[in-house]
Amino acid sequence: MTSHPAIEATGLEKSYGNGNARVRVLRGIDLRVERGTVFALLGPNGAGKTTAVRILATLTTADSGTARVAGYDVVADRRRVRGAISLTGQFAAVDEKQTGEENLRMMARLSGLSRADARRRAAALLDRFGLADAGGRLAVTYSGGMRRRLDLAAGLVGDPQVVFLDEPTTGLDPRSRQELWQVVRDLSARGATVFLTTQYLEEADQLADRIAVVDHGLVVAEGTAEELKNRVAGHRLDLVLTSREAYLRLASRAVHHAPENLTLGLPTDGTSARVRALLDEIDPDGTEVARFALRGATLDDVFLALTGAAPAATGHYQEQDQDQDQDQDQDQDQEPTHV
Amino acid sequence: MSDALASSRTHALTMAGRGIRLSRRNIDAVITAMMLPIMLMLIFVYFFGGAIDTGTEYVTYVVPGVLLLCAGFGSSSTAVSVSEDMKGGIIDRFRSLDIGGAPILAGHVTASVARNVVSTALVLGVALLIGFRPSATPAAALAAAGILFAFIVAISWLSAAIGLLAKSPEAAGGFTFFMMFLPYPSSAFVPIDTMPDWLHGFADHQPVTSVIESLRGLLLGLPVGSAPWVALAWCAGLLALALGLSGVLFRVRTA
Repeated sequence: MTSHPAIEATGLEKSYGNGNARVRVLRGIDLRVERGTVFALLGPNGAGKTTAVRILATLTTADSGTARVAGYDVVADRRRVRGAISLTGQFAAVDEKQTGEENLRMMARLSGLSRADARRRAAALLDRFGLADAGGRLAVTYSGGMRRRLDLAAGLVGDPQVVFLDEPTTGLDPRSRQELWQVVRDLSARGATVFLTTQYLEEADQLADRIAVVDHGLVVAEGTAEELKNRVAGHRLDLVLTSREAYLRLASRAVHHAPENLTLGLPTDGTSARVRALLDEIDPDGTEVARFALRGATLDDVFLALTGAAPAATGHYQEQDQDQDQDQDQDQDQEPTHV
Repeated sequence: MSDALASSRTHALTMAGRGIRLSRRNIDAVITAMMLPIMLMLIFVYFFGGAIDTGTEYVTYVVPGVLLLCAGFGSSSTAVSVSEDMKGGIIDRFRSLDIGGAPILAGHVTASVARNVVSTALVLGVALLIGFRPSATPAAALAAAGILFAFIVAISWLSAAIGLLAKSPEAAGGFTFFMMFLPYPSSAFVPIDTMPDWLHGFADHQPVTSVIESLRGLLLGLPVGSAPWVALAWCAGLLALALGLSGVLFRVRTA
């Protein structure tokens, strides 16, 4: 066996639409994922994550650039690539009107297993994904987390070397998310290469050996979670300021903003000398900083520094969603008064 | 090559099993699709039939037309199920398993044929109850069944192509309306020579008419002339068109 990487992509570009409406979704992406590792493509909505996955999974072709998955070219050797991968996308790819067991048996038959083998494989996967009791029920009766697990299981009937997961936990409740994370860890422990996309930093931090941050169709940073954190600065100095004027004056230097309590986070290496120098520099008279706290940089800081966009924080996204819903409700409520 | 053929066959059979299972689970929609032709038959026989002079008992005249309407209407729902597959994530899953468009669509068409065999039998059963008396020889009955079968296969594939063309399952549903109304400007419910002159050209030569004339002639033991051959030619032509169209559309939709 040659020791080719599981995934290798060079200069991937892809645009959709024509003329003025033309959108460059990928603007030259290079990726390299070693076998048996978990790799996360991290980025905000619209960064091009799904397009990258679809190209690597042979479902769409790049305008330019090349990619090899499991050692095969995704265009010339499409068939071999398909034999070596599985894709679980954002939209559940299971039939609601079939039972969990029927769904898995169908996928196993389609992957070329005999009737008897398909039955065995379906039973084994249901067991492994904690769906043994629910196997005889129609998938329409499953919870969101169960459906996602079934979906993932359906992708694994052919024992793929490379598993693509496109936003595997979007829309799941915290407990289901934890369960799915465990599934990903198990997959990796069994030797599969996992390529996942996510907009949740915590998810990338928890699961991935290496992370590539994408924004507007470009990889803006790549490395381990630790390396990425060190790239911005080792630490962050959180300052609680005494006035709005001081807050506004310093806001552009900060990587963390909390205007409601006049708090800014500034990057620093955390040494006593630098922190002292920084405080002296921004507040020579000792009147503008009320309190400060030193903390280790998080991936949020990295994300913000690299993309200029606030990331979705895993722990809060449900609240945010609710807020958005409420906003929409209010908008709708207001509409009749305009008319 | 024979390996690829064998796996294509397994794919198509598995997809057909899926289609039939999904139809069974969606039994309310299937029953609605069966009720409609039966209701139409009852309405035409009992409400309008007395006023229509076809030279025979009206029930005898109209049943072949209802069988065909039932087949066309039933087959056209294939468009909706294909469109639903294309909308969901399942099409990507199938493709990443290297399953081609042909086996996927063949699965839907097979399920459609299975549904139509049941609904045709049901319509025929009700027709016999309300006084339809065919006088076909076994050979003629078999020929009639064969032509109806060919029509169902052709329209189902055509529906599958429409399902690929439609932007949404709701839009795909529009094809069922088209297929439901296509039998009206034909000899299905009233003789064509009672229609205005400008309609004769279309009504005489549209595909549905040749199929109905074949069914009517074969089931009632009347001379059929060239109608069965014209009907089969139409079915073959539509099928070829549907196969070509669906092949191209599948590639375009999944590019």
